[in-house]
Amino acid sequence: MDSPVDSPDFFASFYLVATVLFILGLKSLSHPKTAVRGNLLAMVGMTVAIATTLRAPEVQVYTWIAAGIVAGMVIAVPLALKIKMTAMPQLVAALHSFVGLSAVLIAVGTFITHSAHHELNGTLEIELALGSAIGAVTFSGSVIAFAKLQELLRSSPLLLPGRHWINMGLVAGIGFFVFQFLAEPTLFPFLVLTLLALALGFLLVLPIGGADMPVVVSMLNSYSGWAASATGFTLSNHLLIATGALVGSSGAILSYIMCIAMNRSFVSVILGGFGATASDAGAATAKKNVQSAAPDDVAFMLDNASKVIIVPGYGLAVAQAQHAAKELFEKLHRKGIDIRFAIHPVAGRMPGHMNVLLAESEIPYDVVFEMEEINNEFSTTDVVLVIGANDVVNPDAKNNRSSPLYGMPILDAYKAHRVYVFKRSMKPGYAGVDNALFYYDNCSLVFGDAKASTQAIVNALG
Amino acid sequence: MSPTMIGIYVFVLSCFVGYHVIWGVTPALHTPLMAVTNAISAIVIVGAILVAGVNPDQLGLVGADGTGFGPPLAFQLLGFLAVSLAAINIFGGFVVSHRMLSMFKKKPKSVPSAPPQK
Repeated sequence: MDSPVDSPDFFASFYLVATVLFILGLKSLSHPKTAVRGNLLAMVGMTVAIATTLRAPEVQVYTWIAAGIVAGMVIAVPLALKIKMTAMPQLVAALHSFVGLSAVLIAVGTFITHSAHHELNGTLEIELALGSAIGAVTFSGSVIAFAKLQELLRSSPLLLPGRHWINMGLVAGIGFFVFQFLAEPTLFPFLVLTLLALALGFLLVLPIGGADMPVVVSMLNSYSGWAASATGFTLSNHLLIATGALVGSSGAILSYIMCIAMNRSFVSVILGGFGATASDAGAATAKKNVQSAAPDDVAFMLDNASKVIIVPGYGLAVAQAQHAAKELFEKLHRKGIDIRFAIHPVAGRMPGHMNVLLAESEIPYDVVFEMEEINNEFSTTDVVLVIGANDVVNPDAKNNRSSPLYGMPILDAYKAHRVYVFKRSMKPGYAGVDNALFYYDNCSLVFGDAKASTQAIVNALG
Repeated sequence: MSPTMIGIYVFVLSCFVGYHVIWGVTPALHTPLMAVTNAISAIVIVGAILVAGVNPDQLGLVGADGTGFGPPLAFQLLGFLAVSLAAINIFGGFVVSHRMLSMFKKKPKSVPSAPPQK
């Protein structure tokens, strides 16, 4: 056992290699050019980690490991190859739940092995309890997030009366059973605290509404990292601790970015309830006049423009108008018109979702700009087309203190010479708030299906 | 330093590394970032392998003498399930990331950039 090849340092050095590969992999995501390589580096890191672990002296039976890896491959690969890009948030939520459940099972298994070898001590017991609880919250929270995104559950917030008290009670209950477990380390208190943590995860995500889902998905991403870190503590494995911390901070940063983009505090998202009371805001202003435009009018304006910006939203993907948008892009580009896309951070259902949807329809990434990069350009733009977006161009977020959106950063589409908003009807947007932009003099609405309207414009451009 | 304290050092320092690395990721790639981090959070497979690879005969679970842990097969199934779930994440996360990242290619000007006509 003490040959240099099987010493603890041997394993630790390979685990260090894997950690470094993960860091380099994430670092390569700083640019689309290097990103594919980054993903490959992370894959190599994972392979090194698995191969090293298979050599560990504790590992004596390979049947179940091999069966598990094959099962994972058979289930995941076809799914990952087929999944639609619009369904990416659901997939990610489902995958988070698996990490959480896996962490719970590992905690139970580690408890059984260590208890059989009489290796339990107070520190390890606390680590096991924490690992299992964080894993359980990740699991049940992600299951609810998945169900909401997949529309198996209504996406509107479900507000139980006194839910904050229930949650506090659950946290207290978990604490109580952690002490029970420390006093008498048996499986029973361990399983009870895990079940309480499962219930907590359900109750934490149920009251969060559909509009806040980008934050929730990022938050669960972060939890899955913390769960991996906690598992690392139980195994005294620094690879797991470090990797979990990387993932955890990544998810935390994404949650923060999403909160800023929606002008929501993290605490208020977690406490939930957004979107429950906002549906009455549209009625008061419905009498004002809007101008409408036909696709031919838009095509005429585009033909005479020299600078055009398209603001796409999730509605564009819902209407499956990406391909028509790409044709429009190519046609205008060929005419020598400066055409770009402007993306708000919360366009889509998860961070960066809209970029992926545009990339899928083969719109080159160098004409796609983030809000901060392009916001100064709107005032010198001839025509802005808002396709499937609404709240992210609402000037009320800047000007109207009484608007629920007030304070949210927006794309300054209203500053352009001419704005066309593609809309199915006068229904308010995702947040249920009326859009002041529609009543501006420089704004016209193009009513109808986003795909049909875009296609009609492409055809009219000749 | 106790092993736990060393672990806490690694944890805190890694959070700082993560903080700096992740802010460098371009916002356009935040969805693939999430898929990649998802795949690498399945590093818990290391723990799963250590559970699934244990020879259950050495755990003293066999005798039905009230050790309370049930038959060895249940233990092995638990390990199998943990490995499978983590493996789903690894394959699913990496494959879907690769698919997404491959889309982010600057096209070698499939559109000929004609000079302005006006």
